[in-house]
Amino acid sequence: MSDWLRVCLLTDIPPLGSRVAASTQGDIAIFRTADDRVFALHDSCPHKGGPLSQGIVHGETVTCPLHGWKVGLADGQAVAPDQGCARRFAVRLEGDTVWLQLA
Amino acid sequence: MKKQKLVVVGNGMAGIRTLEELLKLAPERYEITVFGAEPYPNYNRILLSPVLAGEMTIQDITLNPLEWYREHDIRLHLGKHVEQIDRRRRKVFTPDGIEVDYDRLLLATGSTPFMPPIPGIDLPGVISYRDIRDTDEMITTARSHRHAVVIGGGLLGLEAANGLRQRGMEVTVVHLMPWLMERQLDQAAADMLRISLEARGLKFLLEMQTEALIRGESGRVVALRFKDGHEIPADLVVVAAGIRPNTALAESARLYCNRGIVVNDTMQTYDPRIYAVGECVAHRGTVYGLVAPLFEQARVCANHLAHFGISRYTGTLTSTKLKVTGIDLFSAGDFGGGEGTDEIVLHDPSGGVYKKLVVKNDTLIGAVLYGDTADGAWYFKLVKEASNIREIRDHLMFGQNASLGDAVTAGQANVATMPDEAEVCGCNGVCKGAIVKAIRTHGLLTLEDVRKTTKASSSCGSCSGRVEQILAATVGSAYSPAGSRDKAVCGCTEHSHGDVREAIRSQHLLSISEVMQTLAWQTPNGCASCRPALNYYLISTWPGEAKDDPQSRFINERAHANIQKDGTYSVVPRMWGGLTTPSELRAIADVADKYQVPTVKMTGGARVDLLGIRKDDLPRVWADLGRAGMVSGHAYGKSLRTVKTCVGAEHCRFGTQRSMAMGVKLERMLFGMWSPHKVKLAVSGCPRNCAEAGIKDVGVIGVDSGYELHVAGNGGIKTEVAQFLCKVKNDDEVMEYAAAFLQLYREEGYYLERTCHYVARVGLDHVKAAVVDDPLRRRELHERLLFALQDYEDPWQQAVEQPARRREYEVIPLHEVTA
Repeated sequence: MSDWLRVCLLTDIPPLGSRVAASTQGDIAIFRTADDRVFALHDSCPHKGGPLSQGIVHGETVTCPLHGWKVGLADGQAVAPDQGCARRFAVRLEGDTVWLQLA
Repeated sequence: MKKQKLVVVGNGMAGIRTLEELLKLAPERYEITVFGAEPYPNYNRILLSPVLAGEMTIQDITLNPLEWYREHDIRLHLGKHVEQIDRRRRKVFTPDGIEVDYDRLLLATGSTPFMPPIPGIDLPGVISYRDIRDTDEMITTARSHRHAVVIGGGLLGLEAANGLRQRGMEVTVVHLMPWLMERQLDQAAADMLRISLEARGLKFLLEMQTEALIRGESGRVVALRFKDGHEIPADLVVVAAGIRPNTALAESARLYCNRGIVVNDTMQTYDPRIYAVGECVAHRGTVYGLVAPLFEQARVCANHLAHFGISRYTGTLTSTKLKVTGIDLFSAGDFGGGEGTDEIVLHDPSGGVYKKLVVKNDTLIGAVLYGDTADGAWYFKLVKEASNIREIRDHLMFGQNASLGDAVTAGQANVATMPDEAEVCGCNGVCKGAIVKAIRTHGLLTLEDVRKTTKASSSCGSCSGRVEQILAATVGSAYSPAGSRDKAVCGCTEHSHGDVREAIRSQHLLSISEVMQTLAWQTPNGCASCRPALNYYLISTWPGEAKDDPQSRFINERAHANIQKDGTYSVVPRMWGGLTTPSELRAIADVADKYQVPTVKMTGGARVDLLGIRKDDLPRVWADLGRAGMVSGHAYGKSLRTVKTCVGAEHCRFGTQRSMAMGVKLERMLFGMWSPHKVKLAVSGCPRNCAEAGIKDVGVIGVDSGYELHVAGNGGIKTEVAQFLCKVKNDDEVMEYAAAFLQLYREEGYYLERTCHYVARVGLDHVKAAVVDDPLRRRELHERLLFALQDYEDPWQQAVEQPARRREYEVIPLHEVTA
């Protein structure tokens, strides 16, 4: 397993919003829910590669800005009847700091 | 929380639909038990006719297979009659000793066929037409017997007769009334129907009363005798003389029944723990026998069972469609005519087309269509919404496309004859065959379901009409038309756009969370459909007070640039009235060089578009453009886009008015105006109209004596010529009238409703009354618009200057340790 990397402070991400982190494995979208939980997905919709980070976050789901696919933040799975999966990354909150682990 | 016990008596479409809706809302609330008298899981009863005709099989029409019940932990008792309810102890009983407790009981017992008291009605070979068993018996009998008689020339009787004929029997339909389907058709349409069914080999005996059914030597029925003494052979008699609500169980439990089990608007019987839905209920004195009302009832009932308690059933207007392949027939509303009504009739007996529209006080109240039913859904919508049809009355008869005829909608009239491989949805590449297949395999019944499953009409929506027609043609009367006035904003709420706007205004709601709390939103923070709508309603209703929520804006309006398919953005600098200068063009060229912009083109609104800019470059691009004096062009937003102008009297030898100057003034006044959807204007200097003002939301055309104002035009999905609003004298009046119209639209329009749709909904007269006829109201609207726009700042400049705003554009570098 690789090391945990410091990403940013929780307050750097707007509630019901996201930030993009650039990594050697491509852009990673870091999401923050209304109740301050954080999730990380590869910033690419399983449909046509749209940047999920730019979508509207609601509950534990983000809606892709390109064609409106809904993708679960926790599992990266597209919400039925759509099918597909965005890659997940481990992410955790320690105090105010968001940490990410590249797989 | 301990689960409550819900018992459902009736495993048909109404009961199970209620459970489906309930499981969506509150999957964990109840422990559910279902009793079904038939030995099958829930199937689509409406599609028994295609099964009888050999066009579908029982498997095709199963809606919920047994696995569905297992998945949802529903205890299912098939082939079990509930014969008693003990309301005091809250238990139900079957004759073979099953007893189940309930906290809530749902009666969905459906209806039973009416068997007239004729001698011989109980003979073998005499059946009704209600369920799979009846259908099976008809199919079996058709193999070995020849003569079938159907008693009853209504919808069900004709479908049965057609099916039996398809199966090779000689079929005679006996009907008491002078014409077929007298409850759904007038005589002219019914006669055409009879003639075309006769051409298929069916025989009809009208105004004939049956005296007795005669028993043969085998013990089976062999003939039918009429009152006048004559007899016809009959090896099979199908009685389709109407249905009666099945209220026996409810009555035995002493629940109040009057024709059906009487329920209130929340689908509760006189015992508040007992609900009832479907064909067995009487709601406000009406008993429904079609499926669309059942689904509406199911939704309301589920809402209350889930303890949301915010929706009411107020009755349904129904339409009818005959499911006999090759015969197109549609009726809706009140087509009987009478005092104060006009009938518009088109009748071509040889061509096999008949259409009657009944109009009363400028609204369509009923329609009968035979032979060409393509516009049925549209007429039904007009009836249902009681739309004002005065403007379209002269071509109403020729259907929805009569005034369009453009490439987008051409061919819509003929979905039935379209080949399976014909593309219906051009955005998502969905062909007709795929839609029909999805409807059949997944049992889809609403436009929304079809959109979700196939994606057809889920993007630009211009093919919605065609998809609806395919749906209507495939499922027949099970189809419940969308787009009604009370349609909910999205799946997060029961409330319509109108309700939400009204609540925000009357209760002075100022934030999205307040709206969601007050209106009992069903999801914690909405979805990508409702949040942008709520945000718009708030800031347009309470400018300066309500807080704009960037996270509830679509990315384009949050980032102030247009997202492209590869995740880059496009930037369109504003050029007031379409005028520019060499120094602006130089600044644009410099930006294109410096940021290696791959594509530079002119937009449809005649502005320069810089495509392919990376998001993190946006603030720098804007800073450079800002230094040259340019601001956001809002080409990305539900907002003022552009004011297109011709050169006008400034240069043109034909020009009567200074259209460029007028355009610049309008564009400056409206800068930063958010609206339900995008807004485009144009100003032409003379009636040659080189700025194409005829297809703009507000089109201004200069004439020698002043300006003509046109509104609600559209050059997009549905090309719509702008309607003449009024003539004004000078530039100031153009500003005031245009502003008043746009403010009215901002205050009354539903989110994502263009001005053409808005005006079609409220009527041009409504707009004229506020904007033209009432000077006081016009000035107030104008002032409210100016008030809303007074403090608007260029969003590009804010993003450049304010670090908090800039964060949106910044990518976080990850410091990875290289091994």
